[in-house]
Amino acid sequence: MDDLLAARLQMAVSLGFHIIFACIGIAMPFLMAASGYRYLRTREPLYKDLTKVWSVGVAIFFAVGAVSGTALSFELGLLWPEFMEHAGAIIGMPFSWEGTAFFLEAIALGLFLYGWDRLPPWIHWSSGVVVGISGVASGIFVVAANGWMNSPAGFDWVDGKAYNIDPVAAMFNDAWFTQALHMTLAAFAATGFAVAGLHAFLLLRHPNNLFHQKALRIALTIGAIAALLQPLSGDLSAKDVAERQPAKLAALEALYETSQPADLLIGGIPNDETRKVDYAIHLPGMLSFLAHGDFSAKVIGLDAFPREDWPPVLIVHVAFQIMVACGGILALMSVLFLVLQWRKSPWLFKRWFLWTLVVISPLGFIAIEAGWTVTEVGRQPWIIYGIMRTADAVSPMPGLVVPFLLFTFLYLLLAFVLVWLMYRQIKTLPDRYASARLTSNAPTQLE
Amino acid sequence: MLFIVIAFLVISLLFYVLFGGADFGAGIIEIFAGKRHYQTISKAIAPVWEANHIWLILVVVILFMGFPLIYADMSRYLHIPLLALLVGIVLRGCAFTFRHYDAIKDQSQDWYTFIFRISSLFTPLFLGMVAGGMLVGRMPVTMADGSFYSLFIAPWFNLFCLAVGVFTVCLFAFLAAVYLIGEARSEEETHTFVRAARNSNIALVLAGGLVFATAAWEGLPLVSLFINSAGAIAALVLATLSLPLLWVALVRKHVVASRLLAGFQTLLVLGAWFWVEYPVALRYENGKALTLFEAAAPAATQQQLALALIVGSLLILPSLYYLLRTFKKPVRV
Ligand code: HDD
Ligand code: HEM
Ligand code: HEM
Repeated sequence: MDDLLAARLQMAVSLGFHIIFACIGIAMPFLMAASGYRYLRTREPLYKDLTKVWSVGVAIFFAVGAVSGTALSFELGLLWPEFMEHAGAIIGMPFSWEGTAFFLEAIALGLFLYGWDRLPPWIHWSSGVVVGISGVASGIFVVAANGWMNSPAGFDWVDGKAYNIDPVAAMFNDAWFTQALHMTLAAFAATGFAVAGLHAFLLLRHPNNLFHQKALRIALTIGAIAALLQPLSGDLSAKDVAERQPAKLAALEALYETSQPADLLIGGIPNDETRKVDYAIHLPGMLSFLAHGDFSAKVIGLDAFPREDWPPVLIVHVAFQIMVACGGILALMSVLFLVLQWRKSPWLFKRWFLWTLVVISPLGFIAIEAGWTVTEVGRQPWIIYGIMRTADAVSPMPGLVVPFLLFTFLYLLLAFVLVWLMYRQIKTLPDRYASARLTSNAPTQLE
Repeated sequence: MLFIVIAFLVISLLFYVLFGGADFGAGIIEIFAGKRHYQTISKAIAPVWEANHIWLILVVVILFMGFPLIYADMSRYLHIPLLALLVGIVLRGCAFTFRHYDAIKDQSQDWYTFIFRISSLFTPLFLGMVAGGMLVGRMPVTMADGSFYSLFIAPWFNLFCLAVGVFTVCLFAFLAAVYLIGEARSEEETHTFVRAARNSNIALVLAGGLVFATAAWEGLPLVSLFINSAGAIAALVLATLSLPLLWVALVRKHVVASRLLAGFQTLLVLGAWFWVEYPVALRYENGKALTLFEAAAPAATQQQLALALIVGSLLILPSLYYLLRTFKKPVRV
């Protein structure tokens, strides 16, 4: 394996791993705070237990997120020293604010986890909210840095060096807003549905369990709202990409020829040799509308770019289809859930509905991994779009395949242990919390 | 502005050594103190270890935003020890958390404990080697025509770096031992930690000597740097003079005094070292050095960085104080 490929894969594995914990760190504190709020309002012990159960989940995932994030902040330099040498001074700003957000997050989490009996109730609850707010803030900051790689701003590039650096302009680049919005919503949608799926699974095994019913409602309400907004924000992202990175848009839609109007393709396998997409369904004019809001607008195709500036079309196109498919399914389920919830329908806890939730529970995270593949692979061959090529930024150290394999192994191992740990947490829930044994026909007050 | 940023860099590094270091050290102490004290140690570090580790992230962020040339050259030539450091950080954090939160306490605890201890030991070793590698003066000037060994191994694989690594391990163990005395929950435990503090203090002084000796061996003018600086000599003398005070505080089991004295000595020794090297950040093979000023990012960047750091600390310091006050009211035994 050549060094460039190994470095790219190591970056992808590390980020793909970290992002799962980052998303949980963003959204989970809000689930926890929602349940904690119910507890403070109703004083039902069930909500206290639920908050505690969720907060242990947050603690475990936070720790893994923190260490994998620490690893990332070194890996940026270890793998791409040339990039960081130039980019550090320009995009360090969001990272420096991110540092503050992390600090507050870690402090607030310490207070929340260990402060149950030491802090006044509402102060304790607020520390949980601060965890969530700092999580959202750190996500926004780091995505702004990524936005800069897609849409470089705030400097002049002369003979391979940056001049007139303006870190504020760099941070508020053209891509930061749409990306940060889409990412934050994604965190809530993915986490909400994943948690709901888990509790749905437990409900299938322990029907009428009140604890899991309440948990499922909270998680799914938050997940559903986010998942409904997600396609809207995705549409904003697509229009934005059409403006700033037409090559990426062409790759994700597999549009080889510049067309007016342009068709939207559903599915299909792009073939770079024939410049055709096999087995795709065509929706005439739709792409023009989605990219520019006009059914007869011109959309730039890959033919407008030299062959060496094309991103890998197949990967980007397939990843995009996967994300949109997942997003569509989640949005439909959200509508269904909100209607059922609003009508107070008993279907909510019927087996078929629970099974559907279990089956779709990983889709949000699959969409996140696919979406980042679109963003990052779609930027290729550039590490800083239009400025620096990925191949020119890679570490000079030979044998990068060794660290790549090492990290892949480490992360696989950690993922495995985490699943096992979660399994053991869940298995022992009824022994540790009385309210986890309540059923919906039993009286709710236990203490 | 640049000086504000440098001040934050130094303070973050110092805090990482003091707090993050004590945290690593707790794992090292566990190796020697044995299983009986694991509860106390876990309880002492659980609420604070994550906050303690963000000092390192701050150091990294200040480096790559404020001094990108330093960050880039470290990443190039110290790739291997940095990688080992990362593996250690990941393993240690996860093992500690898993051990703490695993709902079923069975033999898996032994595995977590094993990994926690091993990584607590080797991570500071590599941290020290990275620090040594920055100053030992083996970094190549260019990439051109170097062998793998001369480019990626020689910069950090030498006796001096090893000695700095060992020194770091001893320092962290010492800080942890002093800190844990205040967390002890029985007379016997206090006794164990006092003994650990004494032993690691002796080891620390020896390792310090080793650093100077290996520096001479590797042809580094470390001794003469110190001798020619009145400030550094004063700091070292003060640190030595306060050693007996520290021992008295330890024997009397005076928690606050011994913690303050241990922190004070660390400050003096690291401060003196920084002072004699300042403003050099990296040394190269040909005798040239990269200073903080040469490596600094442009003024606009320094300004934003300083702003973020100042506003950030206004938010962080009160909350950190609140956290420590909530969980760390010192108890006298
Ligand atoms: C729950 C996750 C999720 C879901 C359901 C969707 N997305 Fe997404 N998408 C992401 C999660 C995501 C992401 C992982 O968060 C990305 C990667 C980078 C980013 O900013 O967001 C992303 C990127 C991304 C991009 C590239 C942005 C860029 O490169 O700047 C586009 C064009 C879309 N999305 C469009 C959509 C559309 C039209 C969707 C319709 C349903 C959709 N996404 C659903
Ligand atoms: C190059 C990419 C990235 C770097 C260098 C990075 C760096 C870090 C670091 C150093 C931490 C540890 C801080 C702590 O102890 O709390 C961390 C955690 C975190 N990161 Fe990242 N990160 C990256 C990508 C992302 C992305 C894309 C997101 C989200 C959108 C994100 C969101 C978070 C969050 C929310 C945490 C807190 C951990 C938790 O709550 O579990 N990071 N990251
Ligand atoms: C956490 C979500 C993210 C995921 C899953 C992700 C995924 C990926 C993938 C798949 C690649 C390899 C692309 C290729 O070479 O074909 C990559 C590269 C890279 N990403 Fe991301 N990325 C994420 C966020 C970020 C952020 C927030 C930053 C920076 C601030 C970032 C910086 C980089 C860099 C520097 C590279 C290497 C250069 C390149 O390949 O262009 N990524 N990432």
